[in-house]
Amino acid sequence: MLDSEFMRLALGAGAIVGVLAPAVGFFLVQRRQSLIGDGIGHVAFAGVAAGILLDLPPVLTALVAAVAGGVAIELLRSRGGTAGDQALALVFYTGIALGVVLVSAAGALDVDLFQYLFGSILTITGTDLAVVAVLGAVGLATVGLLYRALAGVSIDEEGARVAGVPIGALNVTLAALAAVTVALSMRVVGILLVAALMVLPVSAAGRVARSMRSTLLLSMAVGLGSALVGLTVAYYADAPPGGTIVLVAAAGYVAALVVSPVLGRR
Amino acid sequence: MPLAVELEGVSFGYRPGQRVLEDVRLRLGEGEFVAVAGPNGGGKTTLVRVVLGLERPTEGKAFLFGEAAHRFSRRRVLGYLAQRSQLAGDAPATVREVVSAGRLAAGGLLGPLRRRDRELVSEAVQRVGLHDVADVPLRTLSGGMQQRAFIAKALAGEPSLLVLDEPTTGVDAESQESLAALLDRLHSELGVTILYVSHEFGAVERFVQRLVLVRRTIVFDGPPGRLPGVWHDPSHAHARQ
Repeated sequence: MLDSEFMRLALGAGAIVGVLAPAVGFFLVQRRQSLIGDGIGHVAFAGVAAGILLDLPPVLTALVAAVAGGVAIELLRSRGGTAGDQALALVFYTGIALGVVLVSAAGALDVDLFQYLFGSILTITGTDLAVVAVLGAVGLATVGLLYRALAGVSIDEEGARVAGVPIGALNVTLAALAAVTVALSMRVVGILLVAALMVLPVSAAGRVARSMRSTLLLSMAVGLGSALVGLTVAYYADAPPGGTIVLVAAAGYVAALVVSPVLGRR
Repeated sequence: MPLAVELEGVSFGYRPGQRVLEDVRLRLGEGEFVAVAGPNGGGKTTLVRVVLGLERPTEGKAFLFGEAAHRFSRRRVLGYLAQRSQLAGDAPATVREVVSAGRLAAGGLLGPLRRRDRELVSEAVQRVGLHDVADVPLRTLSGGMQQRAFIAKALAGEPSLLVLDEPTTGVDAESQESLAALLDRLHSELGVTILYVSHEFGAVERFVQRLVLVRRTIVFDGPPGRLPGVWHDPSHAHARQ
């Protein structure tokens, strides 16, 4: 398997996204915003469509759209007087509707579009991997640097606000991180499954870990394992890589569910 | 006595024409331990939000340590225990991780906690009597112990004013008594100003210096002993006496 260059590139990109997605998703899950990745993913779809229509790199336009969508969800939630789920729904449906209209205008309802919807990790090039590596490293470094602040706000946002912690800036940063993660994960598992890689490893880790820090680290390990095992299974079983990666992550959750009573966890 | 909190003729509504609070006058001296009580929907939580500068009065003025509350510049001296529904009691955090979050404002946002911050966290955990369970997940503890952890979180920030909003909701009567005794001890040891806001005040009645009853406006403000007997909470033995 490792003799093939496309598999080496795929494993490299999968490993980076497998670690980054749960690292960012961890904070969303703690704040009960698990579906935000889905919402941003649908805005990224509009970005892909705009890229195809304007003949620009779709990953770049998706990244811009995802960041704009993530920040919009946060601003609507915090300043617009819109409830979190409604803010998400507004951006979610606007994104998918805009995407459909733009794709139709570009006449691009074809296989090229499907690679963004369902992932196309086996077509990743060396340049793609370099972009994923650089942005992934920036994302992970940001999580590392802001871990204590993001975790603290997840525990008690109102207490932090009263004490003068810049909640707005932290929330927008988290939304931007989620958007970058979605844009990077798009080629690996696809827009429709991106949120799964941000949530399932965290849910699995949460069943067995005994602290926030260990939950975060374990979820990154589960994400990494899901990506590598999923790609390997997909290679030998000739199955779609994105779906297989997510199914492995789901199996990880089921395993954690079975193991947690044995370990005395809830 | 210098004032920690001062409300001068404060009225507030969330929309035009609405009056959740009306002409509220309240002074809280530094070092006082005061309970604010009243029925659900009587404006207690709104009062807390105005006191903390999270809402600006529609009429009147609110001050924190002499500064306009909504522009208060030294927010890190404020410790706040929000209602339980707003706290992540089911997060996978340990007690120590929860308390560490109390050093965010004072200890900076970036990187790990410094040694002094870690010492303050351990001290706060010790003060509330949770040192034996410091590394235990919060969600495995009782409601009363979880509240202690969040009080420790507020203490870790070395507050001058500690505001607790409905701290006994979902906590059994015995734990309420124990929580009240803890607050009394913290008040004596640290000299921190405490504003305890709850629909039930039976547990803290014997410890507070003043009791303030709010029902849109202030209907009683004085020592608990002056409160008419029928208003006392019979579920607490000392209040029945």
